[in-house]
Amino acid sequence: MLKSKEKKPIPSKRIIMGKEVLRVEGLGKRFNHSWVVRDLNFSVNRGEIVGLLGANGAGKTTILAMLLNLITPTSGNVSFFGQTGDGNRKGILTKMNFSSPYVDLPHRLTVFQNLSVYGQLYGVPLLREKIKFLCREMDIESLLNKKYGQLSSGQKTRVALAKALINDPEILLLDEPTASLDPDVADHLRRWIMQYRDRQSAGILMSSHNMQEIERMCDRVILLKQGRTVAEGSPSILIQQYGRATMEEVFLDITRNGSEA
Amino acid sequence: MNLRRILALFQRHYFLYRTSWVRLIELVYWPVMELLLWGFLTLYLQGVGSDLPNFLELFLGALILWDVLFRAQIGVSLAFLEEVWSRNLANLFVSPLTPLEFMAGQLVVGFLRTSVAVGVLVVLAQIFFHFNIFEMGLPLVAFFANLLLMGWSIGLFVSALILRFGQGAESLAWAVIFLFQPVAAVFYPVSVLPEWLQGVAWATPAAHVFEGMRSVLLDHQFMPGHFWSAMGLNLLYLTGGTLFFLWVFKIARKKGLFLQVGE
Repeated sequence: MLKSKEKKPIPSKRIIMGKEVLRVEGLGKRFNHSWVVRDLNFSVNRGEIVGLLGANGAGKTTILAMLLNLITPTSGNVSFFGQTGDGNRKGILTKMNFSSPYVDLPHRLTVFQNLSVYGQLYGVPLLREKIKFLCREMDIESLLNKKYGQLSSGQKTRVALAKALINDPEILLLDEPTASLDPDVADHLRRWIMQYRDRQSAGILMSSHNMQEIERMCDRVILLKQGRTVAEGSPSILIQQYGRATMEEVFLDITRNGSEA
Repeated sequence: MNLRRILALFQRHYFLYRTSWVRLIELVYWPVMELLLWGFLTLYLQGVGSDLPNFLELFLGALILWDVLFRAQIGVSLAFLEEVWSRNLANLFVSPLTPLEFMAGQLVVGFLRTSVAVGVLVVLAQIFFHFNIFEMGLPLVAFFANLLLMGWSIGLFVSALILRFGQGAESLAWAVIFLFQPVAAVFYPVSVLPEWLQGVAWATPAAHVFEGMRSVLLDHQFMPGHFWSAMGLNLLYLTGGTLFFLWVFKIARKKGLFLQVGE
């Protein structure tokens, strides 16, 4: 059982949802003459969690990487807080962060050392206190002096999430945020992410293969197939539109049959 | 350029070396073995008779200065490889860290690795062979600075190649510098080289440094011409290394290499 569950819940100060933090227009990426993402349009508002869904190879990771400037788009525009272009890239990056189970942290550094390095890269004030707070919340306090490489994959996922939250991002990009976690810890983290969204009025874009997670956490879902949007809406509306009982059934319907609602 | 972010990168490597005795040993192992091997050979050759004046000083001076160049290059390349090995590049480049700050961090690590390795060599050369490199005087600073700059430039070039071609290109980190060794005229004057190769040598900053070193040790004379030539060439090399890295960085973004760097 997680210690932090016994603590008082984080106070929720939800700011009115609605102001756009991220807008994507006509986004596309072509690798070696084949389009992996094509003509993608969506936005993420403050205080909103948007889910990216799709089968393996649907383009989810490429989309996240384009938003993070790790991959240059072939076409389209991305704007953050209403601003586009590379001019203010650094300012935007200080307000963003991401976590992915496919990107590691240095293995020989302890959890504290890793978070300390990233805290300095993001210019986090009162860093020591911030690290302690995050590690308490993620229930990794006892791992602070342990080397990252010695952690289990579930512990690594939590450390990566602590790294992603080190700068209190206003835009948080999460690639499979609860991968490798046991149901208890995954449940705790889901609640924590939702509370974080409420507290910071953050816009969160996440990809996941866990349909229950998507149903529970996401205000809106973008379903992708071969790099294109095939459906978009709140989980309840999509379930209704497709005449299914769960998001998993909607997902299977679309990925197997490609059927339109 | 933000100093705090450059220091954060330096701190990342400091944490790494502080807890890794294998890396600390690697830092000095080969330079020390080379110094002892070639130092004792030089003592032997000196004993059987050599017409060359200051034979020991020339040889050991060249050996230590060559190591400045080699350690500076390998220091920069290894700082980059550490990020590749730990699959950490994507995390770094989604932070506000700029490519120039990243390069600056690598250069700082390269400088410190060089200082530690060469510092050990200087002490051992004094203990085993009674050779005091500081007897070269102030010109030593000019030699060190020029070799450091050239090592940095090649280190950046190699890092860019690893970014472009993945971990499979890792062996370049140890090999590329030896392409320069014959034309750097480390242990012999440039005049020994065939004429066509002399032109290549004079386009190598290190060749000017080693010619300058011989001039100081044999004639007790500092040659400003060699110093300025080396400086000018280094300016070109460092600009070239930086631009090449930035160009490959752009390609890496286009091809999505930051998420794929590996074998």
